[in-house]
Amino acid sequence: MRKEARDMLTRTVLWGRRLRVMTVKELLQFSRDVVLILFMAYTFTADVYLGGQGVSLELRRAATFFLDNDHSYTSRELMDRFRPSSFDFSGEVSSPAEGIALLDRGDAMVVFDIPPRFEELLLTGKPASLQVQIDSTNSVLGLLAGSYCSRIVSAFGMEAGLRRMGLTAESLKHMPMIVDEQRVWFNPNEDDRWFMSIAELLNVVTLFAMLLPAAAMVREKERGTVDQLLVTPLSTLQIMLPKVLAMTLVIMIGVNISLFGIMRPFFHVPIRGSVNLFMAVTALYVFATSGLGLLIATIARNLGQAAMLTVMSYGPMIFLSGAWTPPEAMPKLFRILMVTSPLHHYIDVSFGVLLKGAGTSLLWDSILGMAAFGAVLFGLGMWRLRRQF
Amino acid sequence: MNLKRVLAVASRERREIVRDRLFFTLAFVVPTALMIIFGFGLSFDVENVPLAIVDYDGSAMSRDYTYQYTTSRYFDFQGMVRDERDLVPLITDKNVRAAIVIPEKFQENLLAGRPVSVQTLIDGAFPFRAQTIKGYVMGINSAYSAGLLADYLAQKKGMSRERALEMLQPLTLEVRHLYNQGLESDWSMAPKLIGFLLMVCPPLLTALGVVREKETGAIYNIYSSTITRAEYLTGKLTPYVVVSALNSLILWAIAIKVFDAPFKGAPLFFLAASILYVVCTTGIGLMVSVLVETQVAATLVTFITTVIPAVLYSGMLVPVASLDRAAQTVAHMLPAMYYTDIVLGCFLKGVGPRVLWKDVVVLAFYAAALFATGYFMFRKRPNA
Repeated sequence: MRKEARDMLTRTVLWGRRLRVMTVKELLQFSRDVVLILFMAYTFTADVYLGGQGVSLELRRAATFFLDNDHSYTSRELMDRFRPSSFDFSGEVSSPAEGIALLDRGDAMVVFDIPPRFEELLLTGKPASLQVQIDSTNSVLGLLAGSYCSRIVSAFGMEAGLRRMGLTAESLKHMPMIVDEQRVWFNPNEDDRWFMSIAELLNVVTLFAMLLPAAAMVREKERGTVDQLLVTPLSTLQIMLPKVLAMTLVIMIGVNISLFGIMRPFFHVPIRGSVNLFMAVTALYVFATSGLGLLIATIARNLGQAAMLTVMSYGPMIFLSGAWTPPEAMPKLFRILMVTSPLHHYIDVSFGVLLKGAGTSLLWDSILGMAAFGAVLFGLGMWRLRRQF
Repeated sequence: MNLKRVLAVASRERREIVRDRLFFTLAFVVPTALMIIFGFGLSFDVENVPLAIVDYDGSAMSRDYTYQYTTSRYFDFQGMVRDERDLVPLITDKNVRAAIVIPEKFQENLLAGRPVSVQTLIDGAFPFRAQTIKGYVMGINSAYSAGLLADYLAQKKGMSRERALEMLQPLTLEVRHLYNQGLESDWSMAPKLIGFLLMVCPPLLTALGVVREKETGAIYNIYSSTITRAEYLTGKLTPYVVVSALNSLILWAIAIKVFDAPFKGAPLFFLAASILYVVCTTGIGLMVSVLVETQVAATLVTFITTVIPAVLYSGMLVPVASLDRAAQTVAHMLPAMYYTDIVLGCFLKGVGPRVLWKDVVVLAFYAAALFATGYFMFRKRPNA
């Protein structure tokens, strides 16, 4: 009995020692690829910074030109309403053709047409019709520009109408109407950089989590060193697991650098929940995603194939994650498919923990989803790998 | 430059690509698949926002007001919530993205001719979505307010409700969306996706192809042969340019056939510009492959250095003019922006070389610079 227990102990110790040796080997191998390390450093710092700094789908400083056929005080007053940050008064044009030319060249986004006798019509209370031409090659911004223009014009018209009835904007406070009081939670200033930098970090983590373990495995195949591993007393798990462990470690270091070296100091991204929970979830996610990487490694015969397969599965994963497109903007079918994307769950959890201060009591379903995905893929990868040897 | 040697290298490379069946297939499948997935899915028309309503008033008017939201296609009504505090977990999780809180005495105040504040709580984790939701709420509220005001004024001034509404809204604005009348996001996205994919895929193929030789050591055959650098690089890269040029045709066909994007420009001009662009992005792959030693590094470097510029600094999502000063400078230094101009010009605007010649010149200059740098940095005998 005691002997059996001792055997068990030595075996566990041996198992652990082998795991350690192999993990150290993977780390060493990784550390010798200087370009790769430099590049990872770049990715977790500069790339996250650029991504966060990047762009937002807002209408910002849209180049706006006016064709003013009225040249009156009122028309100038209306033009004055088109201000930054949404619009940028860029000048006047003298003919419709000139406006079209500006739009064609992409120098103007909005060309606003004020009709003759605009002031007269407005003052006498006759309906006046204005026209605006918008470059809608970007449909989202085209839509935004259109609705902002309508809002400005209708507010302008309403004021004029009220004035004609002897009322001022001040007297609106004593009339029945709905006062919009909007409160945006979690990101009250709507700082895009919070969202963008977190999303970029998660994307980067995904790419590395997929590619690094896959590459580590395929490289052994390509160089034939896998044969050396096979004649050792290591089991399949002992060959696979260290690769995942080593890469998880490397990625976790990167995430810490990003979070505390870039996102906190530069973008003031809040960490409202528990950092430990975020790190634990990240580790779980990296583990789950590397299962996908290992599955790719069992299909690919060389690194070229592995890289292409990674890109091939990375695209849909990002796309179904809700990092670029909010889930509410997706077709029904895609919203159902999203449940299968681990990145989608990871993003939910990350935003939940970092921005919303949520804990496990709210996020357990997403964490469970990620774990389930990881278990399935990891199992599948193991099964395929074992059959290949 | 000896053409025979160039051809020899090119045909060897072609064979190597074609014989790696999976790689060869993926070289075409990856851009096509990504184009279709992104084209259908990259949409920004936020609809069916899950919404909850707290009604502290419970009057006929508050129900009427609630009705404005529950029947809107922009919102997906999830149900009434008894208390504001119950909203916290709902919004913190993802069950509800916005909530309307109707205060007590909603009806009483409005009937007495007093304004009422209605609070909207919005999940701001995704700023773009929050912005869109704000716009929807604002729209519904101002339409409802206009109705209220018209009723009130009609009663006060003794005129008809229609007349009051007309006086409140004397201006009509006719909005004309040029180039994309229906505001189809597919139309505007699909052409720009061509630029995106041609920025990401060709460098990846090229870098993998060149670095593979470095990593496996096959490149020593080249080092020890009589072939010159220029001959080797030309021969080596030609097949990749051809593959990518074919891809650009395929993507063009998908944009037109699958996404029904209108193509108003000259096909030949577009094809020529696309080939130039592909040469340019292949040059990026060459640069990467000169710098890195392993295929893993090559994949990561190309991917990260191309995806971010192709998405953020190309005008794909946001026109370059709307970027801030620093980002605009970056955008002008990268080739993606110029090709986006060409793509949009050819597809949606129907303008030709007369307007777009500048972009073509910049691309040509870019390609030349990349290849020159790659040529000078590529050493037949690296000091290692």
